[in-house]
Amino acid sequence: MSQVLILAEFSADQVAKTVAELATAGARIGSVTAVVLAAPGKGAALAALVTTGPIAEVVIIESDAFAKYSVPAAADAIAQLITSRKSDAFLVASSAFAKEVAARVAVQIESGIITDAVDVAADLTATQLVFGGSTTVHSRVSHGCAVITIRPNSITPDVAPSTPTISNATVEISSSAQLAEVLSSAPFVKGGRPELTEAQVIVSGGRGTNGDFAVIEAFADSLGAAVGASRAATDAGWYPHSHQVGQTGKTVSPQLYVACGISGAIQHRAGMQTSKLIIAVNKDPDAPIFEIADFGVVGDLFAVLPKATEGVRARKS
Amino acid sequence: MKIAVCVKQVPDSWAEKKMINGFLDREGVDAVLNDLDEYAVEEALRIVEAHGGNGEGGAHTITLISMGPARATDAVRKGLSMGADSAIIITDDALIGSDALGTSKVLAAVIAEQKFDLVLCGTESTDARMSVVPAMLAQRLGWAQLTFAGSVSVTPDTSSVTATRETEAGIDTMKAQFPCVISVIEKINEPRYPSFKGIMAAKKKPMEVYSLSSIGLDAQSPWSAVIDATPRPAKAAGIKVVDEGAGSEALLNYLTEKKFV
Repeated sequence: MSQVLILAEFSADQVAKTVAELATAGARIGSVTAVVLAAPGKGAALAALVTTGPIAEVVIIESDAFAKYSVPAAADAIAQLITSRKSDAFLVASSAFAKEVAARVAVQIESGIITDAVDVAADLTATQLVFGGSTTVHSRVSHGCAVITIRPNSITPDVAPSTPTISNATVEISSSAQLAEVLSSAPFVKGGRPELTEAQVIVSGGRGTNGDFAVIEAFADSLGAAVGASRAATDAGWYPHSHQVGQTGKTVSPQLYVACGISGAIQHRAGMQTSKLIIAVNKDPDAPIFEIADFGVVGDLFAVLPKATEGVRARKS
Repeated sequence: MKIAVCVKQVPDSWAEKKMINGFLDREGVDAVLNDLDEYAVEEALRIVEAHGGNGEGGAHTITLISMGPARATDAVRKGLSMGADSAIIITDDALIGSDALGTSKVLAAVIAEQKFDLVLCGTESTDARMSVVPAMLAQRLGWAQLTFAGSVSVTPDTSSVTATRETEAGIDTMKAQFPCVISVIEKINEPRYPSFKGIMAAKKKPMEVYSLSSIGLDAQSPWSAVIDATPRPAKAAGIKVVDEGAGSEALLNYLTEKKFV
């Protein structure tokens, strides 16, 4: 049976939603082992959280180096694990951290890498949507362990509980993985809203907000949505850069994407046009966003959104 | 300081891109310098300008390194006109269709040969969008990796660099010694427009063109292969209502119909 390794990521001591998605894809290929990278003494508690999705085994690797040296240390440890276990595939989520880990692992073990897959089949064929979602590509790693990064939210997870066996592995982190040191770390505090790349619904604001994101946030909250922003809005300093959707920001494909006061330049569309359903609210009837919107309201977002927010709240209560 | 900036020529973001035989068709589209690489060129210029400058009379040099088709010179010229000193282009028919592993191998071979202190990159190219080459370069070279940098501070006297790493997870402050690979995010600076003087000067700046064999590498088979590529049907425009007071009601009904409310 094929051996599939997945990287279990955590934030604020919670297991990432993507772990079940990776496990679901992995289980099509073979037996799934989740690797947990932890500070000394902390592995068991984290491993105990990895109970959702078809996971046969959890392997804990503990080292101070993971917090101190970040990506290179994680990659060094995982490359050793893949080599010793002769894994057939290594699946990670397409987060900035995991993608870089995958990149370094691929170089270290001389394996091919495919990034941003939206699906992976049992024979390891990966599906990607490229060029802003205009082209579907199928590809396969032709050399070594298949290293594949999978976009969050694209695989429907099997969330059945599992009781994986838990074991520990030890590795030696090489000196070349200890060259850049983390002096301090300030993780983003998770607000009440879902993570942008993992959200089922996203409400985004652009130039048309004139810097007032309160209406966007209120509408997002009524729908239980994440908040996104166009580059125009983040460049103007109206919303944090980490929320930018588009070619140079996040690529998202939620069930519903609501673009408010966003014209829909190709750079923005490249980051959201694979969303299942798109709604646009814009004053300009000729805004290109309407070309890809399933439903559009030509109007002032400050008139439309507050009333819609009230309406959603009323219908939900 | 000897600084290299890796740059890529990409199809214009506005151009319609298509695949031919599993590779991006680079012939039929307008080509430009990758947007995100301009931030890396700008940051390199700011680093040297804070410590005496480059060019004539300056103690530092900035070399652009690019792998791509022979006409990649157009994009490299833009970086030179912004103020970089020279360029190296690696072009070879055997490199057509290279993936990130192949690209990073070629770039690392050139970088290792020339003993740079710092290598700067954009975080991704706007065509392939993998954003893995900087990490691969650091791994191949055995250098420190300071990626997704939102700010960079270089102290040449102690050969040290401090940078903030800014990702969706949060902000880390990182420190490393030369040599390092740095990738910069777009909020780090505002790239300058080339001046007329800069554009004229760029025409005289040295540009070396290497083949694969001249950097001591053999042609290599790619590590992954495209099976097929199919254009997806264009999305048909949907319902559009003009708000004359009932826009929010229409929106609400649509959300209810689609079961989001």
